[in-house]
Amino acid sequence: MKYKDYYSILGVERGASADDIKKAYRKLAHQYHPDVSKDPQGEEKFKEVAEAYETLKNPEKRAAYDQLGTHRPGEDFQPPPDWGGQFRDSGYSFDEADLADLFASLSGRHRGGPGGGQFRMAGEDYEVTAHISLEDAYRGTEVELNLSVPEPDEKGQLRRVPRTFKVRIPKGAADGQRLRLAGRGGKGLNGGRDGDLYINVALHPHPLFRVSGHDLYLDLPLAPWEAVLGASVEVPTLGGAVRLKVPPNTPAGKHLRLAGRGMPKPGGTSGDLFAIAQVAVPTAASERERDLFRQLAESSTFNPRGFFKSEVKT
Amino acid sequence: MKSEHTEAVWLTEDTQFSLAQLAELAGIPESEVRELVDYGAVTPVDPESSPWIFNGKCLLTIRTASRLRVSFDLEPHGVALIVSLLERIHDLEAQLGSLRAQFPQRR
Repeated sequence: MKYKDYYSILGVERGASADDIKKAYRKLAHQYHPDVSKDPQGEEKFKEVAEAYETLKNPEKRAAYDQLGTHRPGEDFQPPPDWGGQFRDSGYSFDEADLADLFASLSGRHRGGPGGGQFRMAGEDYEVTAHISLEDAYRGTEVELNLSVPEPDEKGQLRRVPRTFKVRIPKGAADGQRLRLAGRGGKGLNGGRDGDLYINVALHPHPLFRVSGHDLYLDLPLAPWEAVLGASVEVPTLGGAVRLKVPPNTPAGKHLRLAGRGMPKPGGTSGDLFAIAQVAVPTAASERERDLFRQLAESSTFNPRGFFKSEVKT
Repeated sequence: MKSEHTEAVWLTEDTQFSLAQLAELAGIPESEVRELVDYGAVTPVDPESSPWIFNGKCLLTIRTASRLRVSFDLEPHGVALIVSLLERIHDLEAQLGSLRAQFPQRR
């Protein structure tokens, strides 16, 4: 069994008072709780902190933990010979046990553990984030999600087991949207319902398209003459390239709407794609091009800053 | 390693749950859900109608509330306040994301 130093996880001395342990837990929970923290590693850190607190806040469990002695974190160790009589009697193997599951079993609160009793208990809900590309969200996709979950073995003792879920994510997923897979969490005990699996969909940023709900935004660079004269340009969409008519005198920043070319919605309709016009200038213009621009400058009366004077009173 | 194939259901405003379902799925007593409704953390589709019906987003809110109550040892009123503030933050973040999407990125 791998040792975890619950005191150092909470950042307290081994002799810390119950009050100090509670304060340390609250401070760390505030920092890492996945519902309030922005730390990408917050969830994992909070699990460690919560596991440590779950044992150290309970005087009986804390005493049992202290009897395990002091070891290096991650070090393989065996509990002392006189430790955990109920486990020894049942032929419990400590080798592959997880410390958290062991203490959960010790209190008899966890389903399936020794002393679990005959109470009807609902299975645990599992929660996991699926990171998918925008293209996969557009088409719908199947993802494989790997979880390490506690499950009772044939003796009813909790063991961490790897489980893989193949989940079909319907098309039209929006960033942060949640899916529920009924009954795919932990098994219920003594007639309790099975837990559910919750999936948080997270979209990878796309190099071209930006997402707002079910609408997409794309920067559309135009040559100065395309912006002035109008043009028919090819625009990429997630469903394949389409031609877009750019009207004459299109200013930079104008949103050109391609209806129904955004992300699919559950009702069968789709969001829109907005191409944002931008006027690009050639960075390496030839002498001929520069000459033509000079001619344009000489013959044009256009003053893009004409409104400055009327807006500033001096 | 076990592998299972399952169809997933979106939790949106179109998904509906009864009070009993909501309480069971969030693993808390119905009385706690009622308290969270009283304090304004979640609102039934039509608060005046009986029995109450909740949308899929309410399930997510109630689950968050339940986690926060256990993790921080909070009173229902404190949980309701935090959940309401978290929702405002999420709404503002969504608005910010939407505005950023509309702002040209290329120079």
